[in-house]
Amino acid sequence: MTAAVDIAGLSRRYGSVQALDGIDLSVARGEFFGLLGPNGAGKTTLISILAGLVHPDAGRASVMGHDVVGDYRAARRSLGVVPQELVFDPFFSVRETLRIQSGYFGLARNDDWIDEVLHHLDLTSKADANMRSLSGGMKRRVLVGQALVHRPPVIVLDEPTAGVDVELRQSLWSFIRRLNAEGTTVILTTHYLEEAEALCGRIAMLKEGRVVALDTKQALLSRYAGLTVRLVARDLPADWRSKLLRRTGDVWHLAIERPAELEALLASLRLADIRVEELSLDEADLEQVFLRIMQSGPPTKMAAGAREEPR
Amino acid sequence: MTSAALPVPSGGGAWTLFRKEVLRFWKVSFQTIGAPVLTAFLYLLIFSHVLEAHVAVFGGKVRYTEFLVPGLVMMSVLQNSFANTSSSLIQSKVTGNLVFVLLAPLTPAGLFSAYVAGAMVRGLAVGLGVFVVTLGFAPGLLVPAHPWWVVAFALLGAAILGTLGLIAGIWADKFDQLAAFQNFIVVPLTFLSGVFYSIHSLPPAWQTASRFNPFFYMIDGFRYGFFGLSDAPPLASLAIVAGFAFSLAGLALTLIARGWKLRP
Ligand SMILES: Nc1ncnc2c1ncn2[C@@H]1O[C@H](COP(=O)(O)OP(=O)(O)O)[C@@H](O)[C@H]1O
Ligand SMILES: [Mg+2]
Repeated sequence: MTAAVDIAGLSRRYGSVQALDGIDLSVARGEFFGLLGPNGAGKTTLISILAGLVHPDAGRASVMGHDVVGDYRAARRSLGVVPQELVFDPFFSVRETLRIQSGYFGLARNDDWIDEVLHHLDLTSKADANMRSLSGGMKRRVLVGQALVHRPPVIVLDEPTAGVDVELRQSLWSFIRRLNAEGTTVILTTHYLEEAEALCGRIAMLKEGRVVALDTKQALLSRYAGLTVRLVARDLPADWRSKLLRRTGDVWHLAIERPAELEALLASLRLADIRVEELSLDEADLEQVFLRIMQSGPPTKMAAGAREEPR
Repeated sequence: MTSAALPVPSGGGAWTLFRKEVLRFWKVSFQTIGAPVLTAFLYLLIFSHVLEAHVAVFGGKVRYTEFLVPGLVMMSVLQNSFANTSSSLIQSKVTGNLVFVLLAPLTPAGLFSAYVAGAMVRGLAVGLGVFVVTLGFAPGLLVPAHPWWVVAFALLGAAILGTLGLIAGIWADKFDQLAAFQNFIVVPLTFLSGVFYSIHSLPPAWQTASRFNPFFYMIDGFRYGFFGLSDAPPLASLAIVAGFAFSLAGLALTLIARGWKLRP
């Protein structure tokens, strides 16, 4: 079976900025895939090329086996995109907006599905309201609706919850999760790492236009995060300073690889005659993985087979 | 306006885009149709009142007011066709909602024809409005000498300016660039095309210059449809205008297919 999204050697430059630098990526059908990276990493550029909004300089991309340039009509029919910017057409109501978008895809009588989308996005009561009158969160929901109106097998959400209230995030995610459970492939970029951690099965991390990590969430957590020690003490022996993640007053956060290192830490604290007020081990989370990967020097292109490393 | 006003009919995406383009100006028809009709009516009142007794056209065979009405109708068709595509494109680009059209599986031909057809509907609606309100001044125009020539030139003129507006709207990044295109290209070409006068009343140098203005042939051919009289041979005008229309359409289609400005 062809992949939902297949990207090979994709590059794009804007003036002196190499926005994408040889991206290779494959997302299988039915995945809930996370695309993470700091601002400017190239996430939106990657999505724009998939959607045919931007031309790549080199490389190719396909959606459900359809090349996004050569077979753009089938590729676009297979793809629903929620753009990062909060855009809308002020001339129309919510329902008109969805009907027009549906019509652009050649779907004339689509009201049953539109009603369902409106319902799941909690927009039914706003169906006849003009787009201009909606709050930012509401407009964001309409954008999600527009991406779903042609029932695409692959949906891409570019930071869909930026500026959206917590309540909506919950209902939005339960709807997207349901679609994913029913077989829709979902690709998500987000700034909320806990969101990616809760939702995504596999994650790619982008930095300066390159994939610097690509693996299942579990593997990333165990491989990169290790353990974090939270220590309350008035000082830290000098040879442990290199492990320091952050410090607030007497509270020290240290990164260690294995629980066995804890003994060595305690030994050197005793040797230096530093009293331990408190000590605890934190579970690794995606935020720490993200910080470690992003702090680890200049990006190197991931070696082929890196994801086959023993876990 | 309720949502019931938009039962999307069957057909490809281009049909919906066309309907959206029509709805867009229809929802604000007071500005998009009413205002230009009023403007043309005022032009007619003033110019015909001032000039009726002083200007002879076509060797006195046609009254000046009668001569002026088709010119004003065509000018309105041209300006409003241009306004529709250019303003729709620039608004969608500035607000960012053009992305909804670009995400859809529309072909370049579909996108082109939907936008241009929408512009033609606006231009022709305004032209018809101007014709109706000015008919009282020139009732003889109700029975044109060659109605099919009237129709052909109106359609071609609307298509040409709709296409020009599409190109200008794709090219412009800001409203003032578009205003410059309109003020320095479209308006001079329209006003210097013989809307208000017969080019035979111009000095020879200007007559020659007018013959390089495609807008002159649009208006002259359109007028021929009403009176059976014209400054240029009507068949030549038709050939020039049709040739211009197809070249411009070819240019627009190429630009769209290449993603010029739209898909950087
Ligand atoms: N249209 C553009 N013109 C110039 N530079 C751009 C353009 N779009 C993106 N960039 C640059 O490309 C890089 C990647 O941007 P983007 O894909 O938006 O990143 P992300 O979505 O991960 O924040 C950034 O350095 C950005 O400034
Ligand atoms: Mg982005």
